[in-house]
Amino acid sequence: MHESVLAAGELNPLIPHLSELILSAVVFLILVAAVWKFVVPNFEKAYADRTAAIEGGLEAAESKQAEADAKLAELEQQLSDARHEAARIREEAREQGAAIIVEMREQAQAESTRIVDHGKAQIEAERQQAITSLRAEVGSLATGLAGRIVGESLEDEARQSRVVDRFLAELEAGQQSGAR
Amino acid sequence: MIAANLIAAAGGSFTPPGPADFNLPPVFGEVTKPMILLTLSAVFIFVLTYAMARRAAIVPGRLQFAGEVVYGGVRNTIARDNIGSEHYMRFVPYLFSLFLFVLVNNYFGLIPLLQFPSFSRSGMAYGLALLSWLLYNGVGMWKHGFLGYLKHTCIPAGVSGLMLVIIVPLEFFSNILVRPVTLALRLFANMFAGHLLLILFALGGEYLLFEANASVMNIFGGVMSFVMFFGITVLELLVMFLQAYVFTLLTAMYVGGAVADEH
Repeated sequence: MHESVLAAGELNPLIPHLSELILSAVVFLILVAAVWKFVVPNFEKAYADRTAAIEGGLEAAESKQAEADAKLAELEQQLSDARHEAARIREEAREQGAAIIVEMREQAQAESTRIVDHGKAQIEAERQQAITSLRAEVGSLATGLAGRIVGESLEDEARQSRVVDRFLAELEAGQQSGAR
Repeated sequence: MIAANLIAAAGGSFTPPGPADFNLPPVFGEVTKPMILLTLSAVFIFVLTYAMARRAAIVPGRLQFAGEVVYGGVRNTIARDNIGSEHYMRFVPYLFSLFLFVLVNNYFGLIPLLQFPSFSRSGMAYGLALLSWLLYNGVGMWKHGFLGYLKHTCIPAGVSGLMLVIIVPLEFFSNILVRPVTLALRLFANMFAGHLLLILFALGGEYLLFEANASVMNIFGGVMSFVMFFGITVLELLVMFLQAYVFTLLTAMYVGGAVADEH
């Protein structure tokens, strides 16, 4: 009994062997140092690279987006400029058209006035000419008639009236032929 | 209980496994199998993690992805959540190594031919617990100064007057003295007991089937013993992971408590 207790004491698994304690501490410390130096930095580098890659991708996408937005804004600006320009040109054209119409109307007015005036002047001139020629003709007719009347020497009543009738007939005939 | 009865019934020369089975003879000189395993695990872990992290690719391969799952888990879930985002990066190498070191050495208990969990030797577990103890106390003193750290650790916020007389020794005892011991014993005892159970069911089953009288009871007991062996193996798969996780998590929590500004 006494011996077995002693043997159990020697075998007590709770009592550590100092060599094992030191060995496990040293081996583990070496492992920690190696892992610290060679393993952890690589894992962290992979993490950091991954984060950077994702963030870089996001940034690139953002800058592309911004670029596209700027382009769109520029195009819209250009479009609105063009619309503005078109409206301006149309307005100008309308004004020009109106001006041209007014000018044309004035010109036409002036032309018509001119034509009317010209016509009037011509008519006046022709009238003057007609009056002049009529006057000359009436004079000569009157002279002719008077000469005839005087030349026939007014012998009788009958003759006198005959002369007058003939004269009038001649006059009519002359008028008719002139009208024709 | 059944197994014990069966062994008694067999009445032969079966000697149940005990602590003596953990004292393996030296392989050469003073070097024993767990020492070799421990060193092997460190080399294995470094080579594996180095291969995983070496390329540091943005799009990880299968190996790197597996490494990142473990590394990211320790880094974010254990270290950052418990230590706080200000200081945690300093402790990630330690915690990452610690988790893998405990995990791999535990699983050595289930790998054929190796088949011995290094931390079923209490000295190995004490060594790791000692380092964690030095780490969290050292960090606390670096942050708060020696007396400041003692005050930080031993005097909980909102306690004053006579209660301090009771609380301060208790806090000192639990935070400074007991923590490293429980840390080591939890790991050691789980590995020790698990391995002992596996030995027991393996040897017992073998004895009942091949060496004891070939009675129905003995054959039934032997078969059940092997069934239990497989059951315990599955359980150990879980326990071994859990112990590695708990050891790392507690270390991170102790460090987190030591660097915390207030309680």
